[in-house]
Amino acid sequence: MPVEVLVCVKRVPATGGRIVLTADEQEIDTKYLGFTVSPHEECAVEETVRIVEAHGGSSTVLTLGPAAAEEQLRDAMAVGVDRAILLETDGREWSPIATAEAIVGAVRAREAAGAGFDLLLFGNEAADTGDFQVGIRVAVALDLPCVTGVKALEVRDGTAVAKREADGGWEVFEVPLPAVVTVKEGINLPRYPSVPGRLRARKKEIERGVPEWRPAGPEKVRLRLPEEQGSAVEILGTGPADAPRVVEVLRQLGVLAP
Amino acid sequence: MILALVEQAGGSPDRLSLEMLALVRRLAEVAGAAGGPVHAVLFGDEARTAAAGLAAHGVATASVVEHERLDDYAPEAWAASLLQLMAARSPTIVVAAGSERGNEVMAHVAARAGLPLAANCTDVRPGDRLGITRQRWAGSLLEDAWLDGPAWLVTVAPHAVATEETVAAGATTIERFTPALSENDLRVRVDGRVEADPDRVSLTDARVVVGGGRGVGGAEGFADLEELARLLGGAVGVSRAVTSAGWRPHAEQIGQTGLRIAPDLYIACGISGAIQHIVGCKAAKQILAINTDPEAPIMEKATYAVIGDLRDIVPAISAEIRRTRGA
Repeated sequence: MPVEVLVCVKRVPATGGRIVLTADEQEIDTKYLGFTVSPHEECAVEETVRIVEAHGGSSTVLTLGPAAAEEQLRDAMAVGVDRAILLETDGREWSPIATAEAIVGAVRAREAAGAGFDLLLFGNEAADTGDFQVGIRVAVALDLPCVTGVKALEVRDGTAVAKREADGGWEVFEVPLPAVVTVKEGINLPRYPSVPGRLRARKKEIERGVPEWRPAGPEKVRLRLPEEQGSAVEILGTGPADAPRVVEVLRQLGVLAP
Repeated sequence: MILALVEQAGGSPDRLSLEMLALVRRLAEVAGAAGGPVHAVLFGDEARTAAAGLAAHGVATASVVEHERLDDYAPEAWAASLLQLMAARSPTIVVAAGSERGNEVMAHVAARAGLPLAANCTDVRPGDRLGITRQRWAGSLLEDAWLDGPAWLVTVAPHAVATEETVAAGATTIERFTPALSENDLRVRVDGRVEADPDRVSLTDARVVVGGGRGVGGAEGFADLEELARLLGGAVGVSRAVTSAGWRPHAEQIGQTGLRIAPDLYIACGISGAIQHIVGCKAAKQILAINTDPEAPIMEKATYAVIGDLRDIVPAISAEIRRTRGA
């Protein structure tokens, strides 16, 4: 049975080393940074492509973000997503409530046009704001079942079997489609885009919408870096001959049962 | 009053929930509408046993949720139960641990109530509005913000607050609560389980974690780390480079997109210490880094270090432990 899959991603800076903030402490200084999507979302994109490869149907990637987020949409199309929707913002930060509303608006518009979705995939949480709620808010607004934190997903005959890790084992959920699933890194190993894939993605049309920003809490005051307890490191040695010193320290720390 | 979702298993409250209670009991001591007593909400078999031990964590009263169809975790049913308790008790704050379940249930509560939710807070400051500090980038960055609403909805970041036990002034008063649940509330529920291997030490509970990074060099290199972990009664964890290379399963990944651990000792072998990894291990009491590079970022977080090749050093440590044990 063919499956129509929507996958939602968010453009975030690729923070490598130390995070630097802008002078007004409202955002990360991205002057010297590239942009990406979170590892969870890379896996959501890969899962989307695999599901459509296995079952037929088609895939759509959606993002809410600045015009430059077209880059993340084309990255997703380069690994095989069929089409893209950009909900364009002026660069302001959107709350989880407003973000979910905008996504719900786009999904409803598709449904009204007779092109609804069977499966809506999200990352478990955005890398930057870490709100852990946009997927659930979309599910609640659309009155769809939602499974979060999924690291194994199987679609069959109008249902989704989703597993998530719990206490070293797995919890298994089975829900009817349409459904919302938020996935975690580890569900798959994402493929790299091919050169023809990149070329194809570059030529594709992107559907655009311009939802209206609205304030909805929490109301950000400022960002700051956590205070780091700078501890001086004690060098215990430089090679295998220093193992006795290391074991002595393990004993002092009480982690070495006698 | 403060409504607190306390997760429990087998009659013992979850560690992250106790951390959450340590944060909210500070609020309970605040006079006026913003503070007040803490009322816990618990689900599952043996919830009553877990509730009985909460007085030492500042919980005055507790609701044990019981429903004939609620035999395992069901996020929407838990959220519906919390919403019904909110309607009955008008709490100023509703709080859960920033665990997988805590964040999930609270997001459902927030979505159904049309309220904002501040996930993974490290501090809350009640007033006319709730001042919060919350984690972004899994804790590499903090956000100060204001939260509004007829009820302030928050979750507490894992390992941001130490658990706190005191001599209880009295016992927790426990009552049964039976929610009204619809079919929709039960449409997502745990339909099956695959239990963990009982012989494996859980990474999140282990007192010692031996972590391996790119420097381990390949899947076979982990035998030495397994051996050290076994000798210390600990578990093996890995960095993202290792799971992306397919050397080890993702379930062992520590960091922003994996697990947050808080062992007594984290032995970081061949791990350079990218911030995405550090956020997963910085709650360790001590870090021992074994690395060839004395300038690696992990050295800034480590208490102890051995500068050298882990492939020589890790087996030497294991051998020394065996020697001292006379084995």
